[in-house]
Amino acid sequence: MPALPLDEAGKYVAGAYLVFLALVLVYVAIMAAKLQRIDRELRSLATLAEGRGADAQGEGER
Amino acid sequence: MRAFSAILAKDLRVELRTLQSVPGMVLFAVTTFVLFRFGLDRTSLEGDLAAGVLLATVLFAAILAVNRLFVAERDQGGLDAIRLAPVDATSLLAAKATALVVYLLVLEAVTLPVFAVFFLDSWAALPPLMLVLVLADVGLAATGALISSLATGSRARDLLVPLVLLPLLVPLMIAAAGAAEPLLAAGGPEYGRVASWLAVLGLYDVVFLLVGYGVFDFVLED
Amino acid sequence: MRGLRTLSIATVAAIVAGVALVFFYAPLDADQGFIQKIFYLHVPLGIVALAGFMVAAVHAIRHLRSGDPIHDARSYVSIHISVIFGVAVLATGSIWARASWGKWWVWDEPTLVSFLIVFLLYATYYPLRYAIEDRDRQARYASVFAIMAGAFVPLNFLAVRLAESLLHPRVFATAEGGMPGPMWLTFLVSLAGIALLWLTLVRFELAAKDASAQLARLRRALEAPARAAPARRDLARSGAR
Repeated sequence: MPALPLDEAGKYVAGAYLVFLALVLVYVAIMAAKLQRIDRELRSLATLAEGRGADAQGEGER
Repeated sequence: MRAFSAILAKDLRVELRTLQSVPGMVLFAVTTFVLFRFGLDRTSLEGDLAAGVLLATVLFAAILAVNRLFVAERDQGGLDAIRLAPVDATSLLAAKATALVVYLLVLEAVTLPVFAVFFLDSWAALPPLMLVLVLADVGLAATGALISSLATGSRARDLLVPLVLLPLLVPLMIAAAGAAEPLLAAGGPEYGRVASWLAVLGLYDVVFLLVGYGVFDFVLED
Repeated sequence: MRGLRTLSIATVAAIVAGVALVFFYAPLDADQGFIQKIFYLHVPLGIVALAGFMVAAVHAIRHLRSGDPIHDARSYVSIHISVIFGVAVLATGSIWARASWGKWWVWDEPTLVSFLIVFLLYATYYPLRYAIEDRDRQARYASVFAIMAGAFVPLNFLAVRLAESLLHPRVFATAEGGMPGPMWLTFLVSLAGIALLWLTLVRFELAAKDASAQLARLRRALEAPARAAPARRDLARSGAR
């Protein structure tokens, strides 16, 4: 049987589970930021590599 | 064994000549007693308060010495000499820890009477208290020397040592205070629970001596 | 990255099952009532965090033995995630103390107090690593610390527990003592969920670190010929003349 009284005790239990949820979500946010940084770096490296490829082609033609 | 005694003798001789650790520790301890007198607004202490004031003071004074333990070796290339010599790295750790025990014993020999004069009604507690302090000193030295070796090559060494060392010393403090409190009881020393606390202190000492013995080679590696 | 998806799905399943059991199945505690339900979160978090510190010590030993930086990474991330779980342990413990005794912190709970001390110790792991600049030495000293701290944890719990029992002997019924079957089941499922969560977060963090390291490697490889190419071009030009 579900035990969900919204009395005093309920607020504390909810608070505890909320703290846990908040911590996990903060971690998700931090990892999202890391992923963004990785993505940016990957893009810049891809541009670099493409430039390198064009150079090599240029060298070959000459 | 020879390396151990050589390093220990060198450290003690240097300390005797330069007096860079022990006098400072003694002065610090006595001043701290005065601070406690005013901070707690008490002129006499007993039981748990007495144990707490005494041990906290010894602990903080020990940190002063721990900070300086490996500085000479790192600054003057002593560490390289030990790495090159066919000598067990653990001898260095053992020598440093023993030197620290000696400094602490001298500190306690001088400041225990001062503590008794400032705060205690009788001197009866002092001899058994010395036993507690000796066991505590060994634990302090084992952890202190190890943390000191980790911190010596880093920036903010003076901050890092107390930061990392203090939590490690909490069980030691619990056990030492647990043993000291009944010894400093108002009506005279009581010996009821002292033995169990001394056992915990001993266990702490053994654990950290073993850990130090096991890992110090990796600390010295270059 | 292997198996990360399966692991995370298992984690979701276990945690959802656990929470469902907590609120729809587990009986109400005779003593503490509804407040006791915090334990299904607080205790597994504590157990998993402490186990995580032990795991970190094992990785640290392997790192010192082999010198392979992968073990250092595993040790570091294990401590990192356990410290985060530690924050949750202390927060939920504080909420439980407030609900039970009206104060946000109590010194009578030996397990909570021991955990605070352990947490304070592992919190110093970060400044210790940051203070050492040389990569190899930093990793080695961090491993030494992780081993010391791992040995410290049981000692600490022993000392604090003794302090409580010898100074304030008391008899009290905790949620752990004499738990009926349904409570045990709920507890075990919650424990499994939190343990899986720890594993998922550790794997996740390790994968992110690895990706960053590979990117750095790629950048180094791409930038190296750029430094050599102008020299080659100059040589070619001078040779042609």
